[in-house]
Amino acid sequence: MARNLLIRGGRVVDPASGFDGVADILVSEGKIARVGQDITPGEAEILDASGMVVMPGLIDMHVHLREPGFEEKEDIASGSAAAAVGGFTAVACMPNTQPALDSDAVIAEVVKRAAETGLCRVYPIGAVTKGRKGQELAEMGEMKAAGAVAFSDDGSPVSTSEVLRLALEYLKAFDCVLIDHPEDLSLSEGGQINRGFVSTVAGFRGIPREAEEIIVARDLLIAGLTGGRLHLTHISTKGSVELIRRAKEKGLPVTCDCTPHHLLLTDRLVLESGYDTNTKVNPPLRTDEDLEALRQGLADGTIDAIATDHAPHHVDDKWVEYDYAANGITGLETAVGLIVDRLVRPGIISWTRMAETMSLNPARILGVPGGTLAEGAVADITVIDPEYEWSVNPREFRSKGKNTPFEGWRLDGGPYATILGGRIVAKKRCLVS
Amino acid sequence: MTLRGQDLLSLQEMSTADMETILSTARSLKEILSRPIKKVPTLRGKVVCTLFYEPSTRTRTSFELAAKYMSADTVSIAASTSAAQKGETLSDTARNLEVMGVDVAIMRHSVSGSCHFLAKVLDIPVINAGDGMHEHPTQGLLDIFTILEHKPRIRGLKVAILGDILHSRVARSLIFGLTKMGAEVAVAGPGTLLPPYIEDLGVRACRRVEEAIEGADVVYSLRIQLERQNKGLFPSKREYRDFYGLNRQRLSLAQEDAIIMHPGPMNRGVEITTDVADSPRAIILDQVTSGVAVRMAVLYLILGGRE
Repeated sequence: MARNLLIRGGRVVDPASGFDGVADILVSEGKIARVGQDITPGEAEILDASGMVVMPGLIDMHVHLREPGFEEKEDIASGSAAAAVGGFTAVACMPNTQPALDSDAVIAEVVKRAAETGLCRVYPIGAVTKGRKGQELAEMGEMKAAGAVAFSDDGSPVSTSEVLRLALEYLKAFDCVLIDHPEDLSLSEGGQINRGFVSTVAGFRGIPREAEEIIVARDLLIAGLTGGRLHLTHISTKGSVELIRRAKEKGLPVTCDCTPHHLLLTDRLVLESGYDTNTKVNPPLRTDEDLEALRQGLADGTIDAIATDHAPHHVDDKWVEYDYAANGITGLETAVGLIVDRLVRPGIISWTRMAETMSLNPARILGVPGGTLAEGAVADITVIDPEYEWSVNPREFRSKGKNTPFEGWRLDGGPYATILGGRIVAKKRCLVS
Repeated sequence: MTLRGQDLLSLQEMSTADMETILSTARSLKEILSRPIKKVPTLRGKVVCTLFYEPSTRTRTSFELAAKYMSADTVSIAASTSAAQKGETLSDTARNLEVMGVDVAIMRHSVSGSCHFLAKVLDIPVINAGDGMHEHPTQGLLDIFTILEHKPRIRGLKVAILGDILHSRVARSLIFGLTKMGAEVAVAGPGTLLPPYIEDLGVRACRRVEEAIEGADVVYSLRIQLERQNKGLFPSKREYRDFYGLNRQRLSLAQEDAIIMHPGPMNRGVEITTDVADSPRAIILDQVTSGVAVRMAVLYLILGGRE
């Protein structure tokens, strides 16, 4: 039996209870045994957390682990390691693999591989339709029984209004959320970057914001029609924020997330970086106006979660001409540093809001354990060092994907320790064996 | 010599001073083209490589002749016959050429930003000979050079650019070059072929070609890419000609001494009528001659010439 663990003297931020103050946390048998002042360690291993921020383990509800089928980009082991050193105790992985995660057998395989790795909890997201082809509903009930926590055709939107309607109706019996990737493919086809001034200067066919907003609007209407649980992922535009804000005001049970890169970067980087293909991502990097609206939405509660859309690629997929490059940014190992340095430290969001959007809300939306430091809860805990100075160096990533537009960014703040089920799995961005 | 060893990727990123340097160098080198023996030893021992991932007659020939007139050796790679057909990446192809001793790479490619990518791959200078819908900087420079052979200065000049602005790298280079040098640029074309936020580049966007041509000193007709019609960007060649084509009647709205330009190849009877294209005010062939002079200047300045 593992020793007890005492996390001593950290600033404990627990949005589930509203607590924010210095306290000790005693972990025993994989669960949070006690939160309080001056807890006697006894035989427990001590983790000195003075000066640190201690929050419920971070949950990234949108990652691509690429297994099965694209193991040159990432696999469950490398992705789990990236999550652990990045400060995440759980990730939810998207089904656009080869074959797609569209049957209980493939879901069970992912669950098994993740358990073998044991560095973070991996929650598979099953496909809504067979082969993600947008035609027939996949066997979502069986997938749920095998371990799927949500359903999505991510990489693509749910194909039509009718398929979405059927899926939302069907999923009600299973109490699972449907996660949609909002993109009108006829408007975005051939587009490389956001449609706007930059696409005109750079000479690209642009992807209009409306390509996203049309599907956001469609999805909200179908959610209203069915009463089903809808989550819109990686929203990137001001218009999407406004549509979702209005839908929530009307009481629709809808949630959404956005990514760190859409909160921090704009399409100008495409030109400033000399067409660096690490700026190529779907949805594309937008404009200052969108970035501001996303930050506002994050602060006021319209946006429920920050998810990285961790999309690792092999260098061969990126070291090519822009049009030929794959979409995506690797995110698990930069998210904490970026959010702390650029959003929390400057006061754009609070520590509590960070814990809400990166832990509590993802746990609630997906219906998975964690997200809280309540006594008796699973001891998934992320300890953050707000003063840790580092710079982003993709060669240090545990992820196979080195594709980041944040290379060289100097950041203050980063993950100090990642505790999974009471066990320290990573410390100071290194795995603990 | 600030351009020595530098890439030439876009006019958007080029300073006005560098543009002036290229133009004045071209002016002095142009004289070589009228000599009985068109050969100077300036670039002897240098190797110029053209790498064309998209077909081109004019631009490639122009670069190659510019190099040959200055005694450089040239090698030409066309994508249809190259390793690209066998699946080799641009990066691999280019690095192979570099280690064989090529001194400068001149590339045309259908993807915007490809020359920026090539510049990251290679240590040798890269010259953009047209990348996707982005830029064609030597075309922009040769157009400005040609205008200056007929007009005293660019500042204050009214220039109308007509046609498919959205897909045109020529238009972008021209817009950046001309606006930096103080011209008043107006663009016009079908709404489906005007890019968003074009006015933020400092040009006037007109719904009708007549508005752009009105009072213009220079009327620049762009090539309409006929394959665009299949994508529904305009209904027919006939309708294009009727509403957007440059003809004598529309030209009468311009200044009396307005000059007419076109980057070639022309679709006669579509974007420009034959009587306009062949009129004494058309300086379309002058553009081609200037092209050689400007590219001689670019190669000379980048490769360093006499050391």
